[in-house]
Amino acid sequence: MMEEVKDASSFLSVQVHNIKVTEVLQDGDSLTFIIVSQKLSGTGEFHVDRTYEDFEWLQQHLFSQEDVPGIQGVIFPPLPARLQVNPSSKALKHLGFLGLGEWQPYCKALEAFLRQVAAHSVLSKNRAVEIFLTSSDPPGRQKVKKNIFNRLSQAVEEMRKEGHKDVDDFFQTKRDHNFLLTGYTKMASEKFLDVVLTEQKIAVACGHFSTALHLCVEQGENPEKQDFSQVCVKLSEVFNSIKKSMTSTAMNDMNSLGLGLDLETRYQEAEKEMLFRRTCKLVELQNATKNADKAKPVKKAVMEEAKKATETEFRQICEVAKKEIIQLESKHVETLKQALVQWCEKQLLTAKESAEVYSQHLQTFKRMQ
Amino acid sequence: MASSTERSPPPFPDTEDQDVLDSEEVGGRDSDDDDDGEELFMSASNTPLTKQDTPASPDSQASDLMDDLSAEPPSSQTEKSAASSSPEEFVDLTNNLNETAESKVAAEISSPEPSDDFFDILGSETQKVEVEASVKADSGEASSGITDLPGGKIGSEQGFSSAAPIINLDADFSDNNSQPSRVEDNASDPLAQVLSDTPAANPKKPSSAVLDLFEDDGSDIFTGTPQTKPASQPQKGLFGEPDEDLFGEPLGAMPKKTTENEVKSSTTKAAGPTSSTGGAPQDRKSTEPADIFTEEAVTTVPRTSNTSTVNSKANGVHSEEDLFSEATVELSLDSPRSGRKKEETSKPSASSSSSSLSAPAKQAKQPPAALEELEDEEEAEMEDQFDVFISVKDPEKVGDGMNAYMAYKVSTETSLPMFRNKLMTVRRRFSDFLGLYEKLSEKHGPNGLIVPPPPEKSILGMTKVKVGKEDSSSADFLERRRGALERYLQRVVNHPMLLQDPDVREFLEKEELPRAVSTQALSGAGFLKMINKATDAVNKMTIKMNESDAWFEEKLQEVESADQHFRKLHALVESLVVHRKELSLNTANFAKSAAMLGSAEDNTALSRALSQLAEVEDKIEQLHQDQAANDTFSFAELIADYIRLLGAVRGSFDHRIKAWQRWQDAQAMLQKKREMEAKLLWANKPDKLQQAKDEIVEWEAKVTQFERDFERVSATVRKEVIRFEKQRTKNFKRQITKYLESLLQSQQQLIKYWEAFLPEAKAIA
Repeated sequence: MMEEVKDASSFLSVQVHNIKVTEVLQDGDSLTFIIVSQKLSGTGEFHVDRTYEDFEWLQQHLFSQEDVPGIQGVIFPPLPARLQVNPSSKALKHLGFLGLGEWQPYCKALEAFLRQVAAHSVLSKNRAVEIFLTSSDPPGRQKVKKNIFNRLSQAVEEMRKEGHKDVDDFFQTKRDHNFLLTGYTKMASEKFLDVVLTEQKIAVACGHFSTALHLCVEQGENPEKQDFSQVCVKLSEVFNSIKKSMTSTAMNDMNSLGLGLDLETRYQEAEKEMLFRRTCKLVELQNATKNADKAKPVKKAVMEEAKKATETEFRQICEVAKKEIIQLESKHVETLKQALVQWCEKQLLTAKESAEVYSQHLQTFKRMQ
Repeated sequence: MASSTERSPPPFPDTEDQDVLDSEEVGGRDSDDDDDGEELFMSASNTPLTKQDTPASPDSQASDLMDDLSAEPPSSQTEKSAASSSPEEFVDLTNNLNETAESKVAAEISSPEPSDDFFDILGSETQKVEVEASVKADSGEASSGITDLPGGKIGSEQGFSSAAPIINLDADFSDNNSQPSRVEDNASDPLAQVLSDTPAANPKKPSSAVLDLFEDDGSDIFTGTPQTKPASQPQKGLFGEPDEDLFGEPLGAMPKKTTENEVKSSTTKAAGPTSSTGGAPQDRKSTEPADIFTEEAVTTVPRTSNTSTVNSKANGVHSEEDLFSEATVELSLDSPRSGRKKEETSKPSASSSSSSLSAPAKQAKQPPAALEELEDEEEAEMEDQFDVFISVKDPEKVGDGMNAYMAYKVSTETSLPMFRNKLMTVRRRFSDFLGLYEKLSEKHGPNGLIVPPPPEKSILGMTKVKVGKEDSSSADFLERRRGALERYLQRVVNHPMLLQDPDVREFLEKEELPRAVSTQALSGAGFLKMINKATDAVNKMTIKMNESDAWFEEKLQEVESADQHFRKLHALVESLVVHRKELSLNTANFAKSAAMLGSAEDNTALSRALSQLAEVEDKIEQLHQDQAANDTFSFAELIADYIRLLGAVRGSFDHRIKAWQRWQDAQAMLQKKREMEAKLLWANKPDKLQQAKDEIVEWEAKVTQFERDFERVSATVRKEVIRFEKQRTKNFKRQITKYLESLLQSQQQLIKYWEAFLPEAKAIA
């Protein structure tokens, strides 16, 4: 097992809000991300290069902290799916917004992941985070034990527990709500992705049209010909402007609301997983209680012991989970608000710029007549 | 006779034409002396007969004018007309004309508006009129001198007063022959002026009838006639003869009348083959000098005999015969003379016969001075559309099942006097539009005109409509087609020559239209195939034809490449439209899921903001939809129109090459005949020699005619292509401006939406 730091006072030596994933280096099939973070004390930056495997290592590490009470009640910041160099269409679909553009959205998503981890009251205490962010040597890339993953895969088999009736009204409501919200967020995210994809297609189509218009330009002294050529050139410029406008609209969509919705979706999934882990524990507890009740006197003590242990664990989980959920909800509203405001402002800016450009074009054409 | 015609074709055929005309005129005048006696006798005895005939017919015939249109074959028509009076004949001939695709002449004659039509009249027609007029005038003069026949007199004056300015104009024309198209443009205007001025200048004539004569079409002329008896005569002189002249060839095929005359029986034979070969190419260029000497003999005979029944038959024979002999002499003398000289000679000759000439003569003098001004005017005319606005509205399904068809409301708004009303509304079905196009392209296509093509038939689109599926694609289809039909008609009426076409007016005015048949050939794939075939044919012929004119060579290449580019652009715009529609759909979907997300949201402010977002996205969806429509109608349809129009342009090139081909074929034939003659000479067979010589003369005439034809078609095509290019630039500019306006508007709408949404987003707590 990894070396674990339980020292609560060991806060990270970087400014949480200044963690950035600045660059992606491609070397054959592997991608390396450059992570830059500001030192908390004094000036200077940490520059580290990490691969996706390193991110996975961090994630695993956080999952497998067994000695933190109620760790299963934590909503782990979601790590985006693996980015491939030449992703298949299926993988691209899985990535959603993160597969768009030249990796920028993906970097943003990784950045968000790191910030969430670093900002998390429980997770940031883990020494692995500090190592990940500051050590110039890559963290141990050995095969990690699949502790929590094993449990998770078991959990998958026990999907039927999902519908298990909760004992706590709060969690029952949250579970129902989460179920609803996960579906809707995912759908909204998908639909919005469609919009962005179509916008990009339009931008490309405008670009093609604009280029093709240059074909109609004819050389010659004939004023009539020159006139028509001029019209074609101007129209080509118009469509180039439309293309630019569309491209920046798509970019705005992608970088604000798109990423926001994507993050939302993944967070909802993370919450769902956490709630599920809790439900599993609940089932476990109920079974233990049942067993303890039914147990023969000989085994009674052992069963009671087990029941007690599970009960404690469950209580801890519930405690953490409650906090996490409330925290997540405020974060969720904040994320969406930020995304919407940013989006709206950017779209407004783009629309105004485009309107300006179009009116210039219009003037040009009116002068030509 | 033979000596004159054996001359090789001159570099500027019009100059020669001029000479011939001039000389002929002189010759004709000279011949008066010989003819006087007979003419006198004939006209004195026969005029009353014609007088009786003329007033009787107009009323009944005028109304039949259009209805007869397509019914009777040319031969029966001409026979009928030969028996009846001249107005009817004119009518029938007009109809024949429509049938035989030669109707352009009729249109020109019947509607002497200041338009490009006159280019043709000038190029070929007027010379004929002139010749006829002079001949007629001579006879008329002679007869009036003794029997005081007012009709004949007026007829001659009319003929002369119009003939004189034409000569002037022609002189200009031939002077500036290096730039034919421009000069023609200019020359057309003064001619029209002259024509319309003539009646005013001539106090002898009843002005109302004459005004009708010039400003209205054939039917109006004859409805106007009964007002004054003597007025019918001049009209006959002016209209009946030139008309028949045009149909000289079809008439030549009618042996009944011509064989009566023994003198002409031999020439009729000669005309027989000519009319079959020369008639087929639909040539109105029967005015060629050679033509006058050979074919003309035949064509004029039935004409005169028909027009004035018996009266001018004898006249025609004599004067023409004399004319030929005289003309031959004069020709050799005249040919080196300049156009200006001819102008001088013709003027006095005209003034001697008519006092009314002074005004037209002055008019005719103006053109050279006002040339530039007129040129500008002409250009302005081309730029400015005619005051005719067409709207095609309310597509409506008529009938059920597979026999159903779409009918459209065609409204015309105009201030042009040539239309009966300021606002006309008729219902037309789709095949009527195609029928109109077929008529127009048949008539005007061979002359090199670019006839705007209608949208092609779409079996798929129409089947959907027929089945009654009320989905968006069939609505889209109908709207596209409606727009295309509207633009098609607008293009037709914007064309100065096509606007004059009686079929166009009938289409816009008449309540009921005979059902257009065999438009099936134009359906969908068939239409494309046709265009492709035409393209192939053009390509093949281009290889054969060693293009002498670099301009055409260059233009053809340009048109070809423009066609390719436009096709590419069209595909691109269509895909853009598809994406726009997709975006609209996706935006709608997103709006729905945003609304759902909003409803599931616990936070009130966020929930509210999300449902607001859903509303905004709904509005944006509408914007996208409008934008898709805007892209479709501003560009996709515009480009589709131009792909069709480029097809028409190529068609006109095709017609030009066909004309060239005819010319070349005729030349080859002439060569063959000459060789034959040489062989016969060598073999010393005098009996066959004469026949060979006749044939050579005949083929020489054809070569000159076809060459002139080719020149004329070339000039027209050139002018049309320039017009097309001008229109294209203008059209695009206008459309782009419109597009940008709507683009800007939608962008501003978008800004409004976002501005309204921003506080909502900020209000999330």
